[in-house]
Amino acid sequence: MPIFLLKRILSTIPVMLIVAVLVFMLLRLTPGDPAAIIAGDAASPENIAKIREGFGLDKPLPVQFGIWFGNLLTGNLGESYFFKKTVVELIAQRIEPTLALATLTILIAIAVAVPLGVLAAWRMGGWLDRALMGFSVMGFSVPVFVLAYILIYIVSLKLGWLPVQGYSRLGEGTFWQFLRHLILPAITLSVIYIALIARVTRAAVSEVLTEDYIRTARAKGLPEFTVLWRHAFANAAVPIVTVIGIGIALLIGGVVVTESVYGIPGLGRLTVDAVLARDFPTIQGVILLFSFVYVLINLAVDLSYVLFDPRIRY
Amino acid sequence: MKIHQTWLRGLAVAALVAGAGLLPQGAAAQGTVLKVVPHSNLSILDPIWTTQYMARNHGYMIYDTLFGTDEKGTIKPQMVDTWTVSPDNRLWTFKLRPGLEFHDGKPVTGDDVIASLNRWGKRDALGQKLYTFIDRMDSTAPDTFRIFLREACGIVLEALGKPSSNVPFIMPKSVADTAADKQIDTYIGSGPYVFKRDEFKPGDKAVYTKFAKYVPRKEPPSGTTGGKVVYVDRVEWNLALRDAQGQVNALIKGETDILEQPAFESYASLKGDAGVEIVNKNPVGFEYMLRFNFLHPPFNNPKVRQAALAALSQEPFLKAQVGIKEYYRTCASMFGCNTPYGVTKGSDVQAKGSINKAKELLKASGYNNEKVLIMKPTDLASIGKLPDVAAQQLRQAGFNVDLQAMDWNTVVSRRAKKDAPANGGWNIFATAWVVPDIWSPLANAAVGTAGEKSWFGWPTDEALEKLRDQFAREVDPAKKKALVEAIHVRAFEVGTHAPLGEYINPAAVRKGVISGMVTGPGDFYWNIKKK
Repeated sequence: MPIFLLKRILSTIPVMLIVAVLVFMLLRLTPGDPAAIIAGDAASPENIAKIREGFGLDKPLPVQFGIWFGNLLTGNLGESYFFKKTVVELIAQRIEPTLALATLTILIAIAVAVPLGVLAAWRMGGWLDRALMGFSVMGFSVPVFVLAYILIYIVSLKLGWLPVQGYSRLGEGTFWQFLRHLILPAITLSVIYIALIARVTRAAVSEVLTEDYIRTARAKGLPEFTVLWRHAFANAAVPIVTVIGIGIALLIGGVVVTESVYGIPGLGRLTVDAVLARDFPTIQGVILLFSFVYVLINLAVDLSYVLFDPRIRY
Repeated sequence: MKIHQTWLRGLAVAALVAGAGLLPQGAAAQGTVLKVVPHSNLSILDPIWTTQYMARNHGYMIYDTLFGTDEKGTIKPQMVDTWTVSPDNRLWTFKLRPGLEFHDGKPVTGDDVIASLNRWGKRDALGQKLYTFIDRMDSTAPDTFRIFLREACGIVLEALGKPSSNVPFIMPKSVADTAADKQIDTYIGSGPYVFKRDEFKPGDKAVYTKFAKYVPRKEPPSGTTGGKVVYVDRVEWNLALRDAQGQVNALIKGETDILEQPAFESYASLKGDAGVEIVNKNPVGFEYMLRFNFLHPPFNNPKVRQAALAALSQEPFLKAQVGIKEYYRTCASMFGCNTPYGVTKGSDVQAKGSINKAKELLKASGYNNEKVLIMKPTDLASIGKLPDVAAQQLRQAGFNVDLQAMDWNTVVSRRAKKDAPANGGWNIFATAWVVPDIWSPLANAAVGTAGEKSWFGWPTDEALEKLRDQFAREVDPAKKKALVEAIHVRAFEVGTHAPLGEYINPAAVRKGVISGMVTGPGDFYWNIKKK
């Protein structure tokens, strides 16, 4: 296990290196000049050239890469072209809303999807199963922003229960203020993951329910609840955990739309702003962070297999 | 066991009470808070380094200006108390109002003014023009500064009272001494609000608090002039909420007080809500324009530009882009209508143009069916439909149009390229200006024709440059007006650009809650009262 862990951690280094090179090159090859954007509509060509020079964007690409990569090795992600703040500061400011939204989303998704999926597998072909399948199709089909507007209209505007937008930071108000700003965005974002996780849970559990040891457990007279959770679900956990892991990674993309609709100042919104403004240091920093998180989640999922299936050894 | 249960009960009660919001954890009393959704994100905090309107509006919050422009376009003193001009118009002496103070407690002096003007004069087009006349400046007393001109010119007050980007804001000398091509990193002004740098979160919120020591003028507020009286304790700009429907929802629910510039599509639902009021605080509005690239065929040919002008009828652009009849008007002036220099002479080629006329002119121009590459921004709703209308009208006139979709910042980057359209350059782009940015022949970047030094499109015309220079030198208002007319005629002959009409984009505010909005070219937050 320690050797496996070490190998996996070491393997992240070339992955991150490739991501770093790719991101740097892609950004430079994409049309768009940050200096022209910064200078504004009425800027003269001379002003734009001066700004470009100030950022070192007039230097040859290999030189620019060398400077950036050298800084990266010392942990310096650079400074945003626009905000006069370091990329680390910007990420630190934006990580809390995204982390809070992603955590609540995945908690809601797991809490709803796993029991639903198990019950649907248990009563396959029944009304619950059919309802779940219908919900899954809807969950996959309805775009996040459409669902968001419907929920805002009903829950916020008509019923007045929750705010329509914004984010209240932990420590700036009450815990309830923090939570009430997150409930609607998290429900909105969780629907697609409920659909995904519930379907996979249903499929995995229904397969296990046909196994001989389930028949044996029932023949022994074990309560159905124990059969379902201790025998069926526990043995179906590996694919479910895998899909939850993938879901967490996919959330990184999903938060972008949700944060925009609900006006949440998170990493998703920062990424969109940085891409549109061609804020190279910020885009590079955020993508490196996302890649790192993705690699970590994959590692965590692989390690979790040991817990669910004792036959797996690293 | 009993103790354990008691603890659990106690914890549960505490959690419930805290959860219900009965134990505030940091809701310090902030007085009256004005919550605003600005028209865009505030990314750059140096209004001299960039011409972005959000940086300008941020500037008006924290800085003050020597002169201002009222809603009718008249220049009036702001930080300046009195001023005199020598008989030969070459020595200008200004005395500052008493009691002017920066947010750090230091008094505003002539040295601060000179340093601020020096930096602005290196960035702003009108400032650069003014500096071609300035021999030197000095400060004979803390509250006095003088401008010595090499020769008389008629743009001193116009430049110092310029209402829009780049505005000559006055900063402390220590800040204004920052090189003009570097961003400042200290945000201290002498304006009505103090910038809360510790609370600024880019893309989230910007916070300003009332500057208690600000001394407003006695006159009523109008444009950027008059008494900047602050009635709220704190202004919060919500920079995270940029979804148009989300903005409407937030206003209707009372989560925000002001939407600076709602999307045109949002007005119907905003007007339908009893709790919302639509307020037009910028009566001179904005002007759309279409810019030609003079460096490459076919618009390096003046006859082709005339043909294009004849094809570009304003009404369809305005109908498609704004769509609300009372929010737009056609305007044949390159300097805006209902403005000090709103002349229309020379505009017949476009104002009385038609597709048939355009076809005739195009046929006679020697146009060789070259492709016309129009850049269409897909993510900027405020101008996104203009290129489609332009493409349609030009196609009808016989142009071979290549309409290319891209995001706005690609347009901004690409328009700075002088390459041929096939190599990453362009032929046409559309944009919009707040009218005070284009209402004078010197402020209007689009009528500058100094070749490669000019604004994107890089037109060259010596006669027009000469007229603009004469305008800058002229001190007699009547002669200036005549020169404006000559400039306008020549600009249409050259075909520098096609004005596409004017529009307004009124703010939406909470009815019965917000009052006292100041009219002017920007978004100003003094004089506003919140119930």
